Amino acid sequence: MNIYDLIFYLFAIITLVSAVFVVTSKNIVHSAFNLLFTFFGVAGIYALLGADFIAVVQLLVYVGGILILLLFGVMLTNKITNVDLRTGTIHIVPAAIGVGMLWGALSAIAYKTNWIKIDSPIPNSTAPFLGRMLITDYVLVFELLGILLLIALIGAASIARREKE
Amino acid sequence: MLQVGLTHFLIVSTALFSLGIYGVVTRKNAVMVLMGIELMLNSANINFIAFARYGNFGNGGQLVALFVIVLAAAEAAIALAIVLNIYKTFTNVNVDEIDNLKE
Repeated sequence: MNIYDLIFYLFAIITLVSAVFVVTSKNIVHSAFNLLFTFFGVAGIYALLGADFIAVVQLLVYVGGILILLLFGVMLTNKITNVDLRTGTIHIVPAAIGVGMLWGALSAIAYKTNWIKIDSPIPNSTAPFLGRMLITDYVLVFELLGILLLIALIGAASIARREKE
Repeated sequence: MLQVGLTHFLIVSTALFSLGIYGVVTRKNAVMVLMGIELMLNSANINFIAFARYGNFGNGGQLVALFVIVLAAAEAAIALAIVLNIYKTFTNVNVDEIDNLKE
């Protein structure tokens, strides 16, 4: 067991334990803060897989953007001053059984399948490659995503600001 | 088995996906459902990047993961706008109590 494996297990444990707290914590603000550690752990796993640029983007977009947005959603949709931020859960036992079976099936597939593995060396930096691909092979997807983000921005602003007549 | 390989990453990803589904089906608060969806998107991204590293497809999987992150950001913005609107209308965001399309 070398240092790579140790770091992998560390990040995997951080990710999974905090994800368990995210889905089981009664207090929704605790869930949001545990989600922070989940995103950090996933970013570490990306870095271990040699995707340095994606790891940085994960930190910037998820931790800096989506998590803050979710926290705003929590703060704006709960009456903080007079009601606590607890949130109910329903159907815990059937959900746990079903999800456990699903996880068993998925991990059995992942474990039993004889994947054709090519252990390519981890590149020094993936950003030049990704940039080149974005403006050559994937330029249509890139432009479409730009349009999608613009539409999402306008749509979110217009939905959230609609006043009651 | 101890040597970390593709299978380890896939099993972490399946566990994260299952936890995301568990969050989506058990939590009442719409924001919590969104957090479950984010967990599921992250697990899919781990799969993409793991196969980009260990599979025979080149590094295109990393690009797909980037697109997934962009879509997740757009989805979170729209979903939170809808949640805020629902809160203004019904004064709660519990997904099991909101069953009207129109007030």
